[in-house]
Amino acid sequence: MAALSSPLRVCRGILKELRAIQGPDYKRSLAYNYIMEQFRKNKVTGERYCRAQHESNHDSHTYLCLLASTRTHMALHELYHSKGEHSTKSAAAMVGLRLPTQPGGKGWEK
Amino acid sequence: MTTTMLRRLHSRLGRVLSPAHLCTRSQSSATAERKRFYQDVSISQGEGGLYEINLDRRKLKTPGGKLFTVPNEALAIAVATEWDAQRDTLKFYTMHLSTLCNTALDNPTQRNKDQMITAALKFLETDTVCYRVDEPNALVELQKNEWDPVLHWMEKRYDVTIGSSSSILGPEIPNATKDTFRQHLTSYNFWSLTGLEYVITQLKSVVLSMGMIDRHLTVEQAVLLSRLEEEYQIGFWGNVEWAHDYDMYELRARTAAGALFVHLASESSTVKRKLMQD
Repeated sequence: MAALSSPLRVCRGILKELRAIQGPDYKRSLAYNYIMEQFRKNKVTGERYCRAQHESNHDSHTYLCLLASTRTHMALHELYHSKGEHSTKSAAAMVGLRLPTQPGGKGWEK
Repeated sequence: MTTTMLRRLHSRLGRVLSPAHLCTRSQSSATAERKRFYQDVSISQGEGGLYEINLDRRKLKTPGGKLFTVPNEALAIAVATEWDAQRDTLKFYTMHLSTLCNTALDNPTQRNKDQMITAALKFLETDTVCYRVDEPNALVELQKNEWDPVLHWMEKRYDVTIGSSSSILGPEIPNATKDTFRQHLTSYNFWSLTGLEYVITQLKSVVLSMGMIDRHLTVEQAVLLSRLEEEYQIGFWGNVEWAHDYDMYELRARTAAGALFVHLASESSTVKRKLMQD
């Protein structure tokens, strides 16, 4: 299928995600050190098509996809699905109505 | 409606869809959310070379009460990053790798490797990629153009016949094909099979899962192919962000987690140094 985008872009993408997760001191995290180590280790190869390099490249894409889509999914959740339903009172207020009141409360209420 | 759409609709109906608004949240549901109770997340290597996750000073445990252990450092770091990513409350539904590890460790459904392989092979009979529509014509063409290459790749790579069908009974998978796959899947360890089963359930396709695990497809490609009919309908009727995008990103996240889990659980890395040749 289509060739994967360059390792540099993936690396930058992953670091961007880590920064979004960890905050300003993301360089001290475990993930940062491990990722940088992996990228450096897999840089050097004499082969024209190195299977291990293709594997690592695919894995880095997968991890970037995981981080990015988890974050986007959470953001969409917060945006659309995090708030509950309107209470009956506010739902009525949306169309300008008020809930009926019964002095003394309804028989089944307490 | 095709089976794909029925499956998607079924999963979507189970979710409560509510409109975005500016009023305060109503205290309706009883889900008491756990707050983040730890400052630091770290990993340590325990006995047997297995890695553990430490939340402050406490060792993480599975829901079944066992000690949470993973076989290699990469997976441990990825899990630790998930826990570290939590802010005020713990959102377990975003911690896919941790969930997969818990499933593999606790094995709540008491499955063994054979049962999982049998289930995966059974799924092949209703594989999304093999189950084609009759009409509309544009969708038939789209399925042919997008799914046939993957199917052919799979058939060539494993030297099997799978085929596709537009009958309601689905494709007829020859036993030789199933035997070949069974043999291949038996070489996976239990953890990898857990991950594979998860990916198959998410993508609704054995072919796409194997294509992705074998690194022929990226996660994004596999998800797109899995959602082909939905994408076609979106192209026709329009995109609804709070449903379509929401589902797509969730599917991507889960599939990526599953793929990573399979790869890390079966990983053994060696560094080969080649001699410089003058």
